[in-house]
Amino acid sequence: MLEFIIAYFNYWIYIVLMMIGLYAMISKRNMIKKLIGMSIFQTAIMLFYVSIGVKKDATIPILEHGHGEAASHGTELAEQVTHAATATVNAADYANPLPHVLMLTAIVVGVATLGVALAVVQKVHGYYGTIEENEIQERVRL
Amino acid sequence: MAEQLPILMLLSPFLFAFTVSLTGLVNSRWCYPLTLVAVTLSLFASAGLLGQVLEHPDHRVHYHLGGWPPPFGIAYVIDPLNAVVLVLVAVVALITAVYSKDHVPRDTPGKEPQFYTLYLLLLTGLLGMTVTGDAFNLYVFLEISSLTSYALIAIGPPRAALSTFNYIIMGTIGASFILLGIGYLYLKTGSLNMADMHRIIGGFGPEGSKTIRIGFILIMIGVWIKMALFPLHRWLPNAYTFAPTSSGCLIAPLMTKVSVYVMIRFMFTVFYPEVIFASPENGDIVLWLAVIGILVGSFYALAKIKLKKMLAYLILAEVGYMVGGAWQGNETGLTGAVFHLLSDGLMTLCLFLVAGIFLHKRQSPNISAMRGAFSRMPFTMAGFTVAALSMIGVPPTCGFFSKWYLISGGIEAGRWSFVVALLISSLVNAILFFKIIEQAFFDRPFETDNHRETTIDEAPPSMLFPLLITAALILLLGIFSSKVVAFISIFITSTGGS
Repeated sequence: MLEFIIAYFNYWIYIVLMMIGLYAMISKRNMIKKLIGMSIFQTAIMLFYVSIGVKKDATIPILEHGHGEAASHGTELAEQVTHAATATVNAADYANPLPHVLMLTAIVVGVATLGVALAVVQKVHGYYGTIEENEIQERVRL
Repeated sequence: MAEQLPILMLLSPFLFAFTVSLTGLVNSRWCYPLTLVAVTLSLFASAGLLGQVLEHPDHRVHYHLGGWPPPFGIAYVIDPLNAVVLVLVAVVALITAVYSKDHVPRDTPGKEPQFYTLYLLLLTGLLGMTVTGDAFNLYVFLEISSLTSYALIAIGPPRAALSTFNYIIMGTIGASFILLGIGYLYLKTGSLNMADMHRIIGGFGPEGSKTIRIGFILIMIGVWIKMALFPLHRWLPNAYTFAPTSSGCLIAPLMTKVSVYVMIRFMFTVFYPEVIFASPENGDIVLWLAVIGILVGSFYALAKIKLKKMLAYLILAEVGYMVGGAWQGNETGLTGAVFHLLSDGLMTLCLFLVAGIFLHKRQSPNISAMRGAFSRMPFTMAGFTVAALSMIGVPPTCGFFSKWYLISGGIEAGRWSFVVALLISSLVNAILFFKIIEQAFFDRPFETDNHRETTIDEAPPSMLFPLLITAALILLLGIFSSKVVAFISIFITSTGGS
């Protein structure tokens, strides 16, 4: 059992974080606390995505002597470059970069959502004078 | 030029959004005509795409973004299903853009540039969600459309900001579930291209893989939150009721419909209907949710005194129709769901346009504002009557044909609960709308100035023409329903939906 938990450590953490975020969004009455929960929830999903790109004993996904170095090192290296480009690249040696790239987009989306939500909270506060939902509910009913 | 239409359709609102916000700094009077130009270009492009799909031998148009072939690049794929949805989105956007002329300066004074910028970005998001053939790209466009719709609703009165907050929380949970589901699918298939995913998922055989099943369930829960299927609907009525008129007219017909489109796309293009409907219990659970959603939406609508709130609850019932139709597991039901997607988009638009006109003319959001309206505003009421008859399901309108397919699909599948719910909901619609029409026809007018009771006091042309065109489209879609259904069925038979 312990081995099972350790083997999937990242995934357990992501589930726990996601549940913390969901709990905060559902049960908290304070709007800012809800937004903190929302951020935790989104971050948990990013952790999941980053985890699925990882491989054992793999390195960062940049080809050594890839193109781009040739300009600064002259023709000698250019041969090496063509050599490196034609050499077979073993995909298992490199971490999968795609999920990480996707998460860059998701981070931007998360920031934008938080920005819009904070602006909305500010507008609510400006009118009702509070960000506690139960106090606002009482004022809406009156 | 012609092969670049998919990207031109997206770029015209996207680039004009920046133009509008920049010219708005100089003079906000230019925002309205520029928006009209952008949306018209988009409509032409989507109509051109529909023509291309019609002419193409496979009825399928592919566009590779930046020339990168799939599965590495992002591909846009247009087939009969999303061709018609694209045209619907562009038509609704153009009608609402024309209609917004007098509403935007009144509802959001001094914020015209911001409003029209967000409007065009929302259109970009909706078109992008519909046109894309890449799962992650779909998520990005979904977030673009969600973020802009939050802002478009919150731009209204303070009460709207409060309901937007709930919408943001629920919408983010929904979008995150979709993102997580796509992650699970990527984990197992190693691809984000929908066609490629479909091919790889097929390799797992009819049993499927547990990871893929979890991913599918997560995506479905996400889109159900986005389309407000019962019991995930609590955010919708308030958000749509308090939205500014022009925002409501764009968001209410389109956001839920495009979410329904995404659900159908994932069910039939990414997954295999044979796998989804392998065990009847899967369909049963969703169908019961749809049935309860239809009944709850209809009966809550009966109790409402605000016109827009009543319409918002009717949208919940309509979402139940489409989900129920798609989950019946037969071709007739799916045809009904897709056709209802189109007709409901037009009907909801028409009713929200009428609600906006009454808010403008009578300064009251209540249904009682429509008393005696026939003698004062005959054209507005004619448009309202067409939409009401379509909601009830009276033959020459499109609402009749979509309900016909949905009910016969339910009978074919032996889902009697769904059939009964549809009939009850039609009856409730009949009660609701005939009550309003009776009040509008026989009661004394709303105002107290009895001495000029017979004078016609119509809405301005910028509001009346969009309404009449929408009403005409409802009738035309009904009259030419056989042609539209024949076109849609090309998609339905290609999925092999058993």
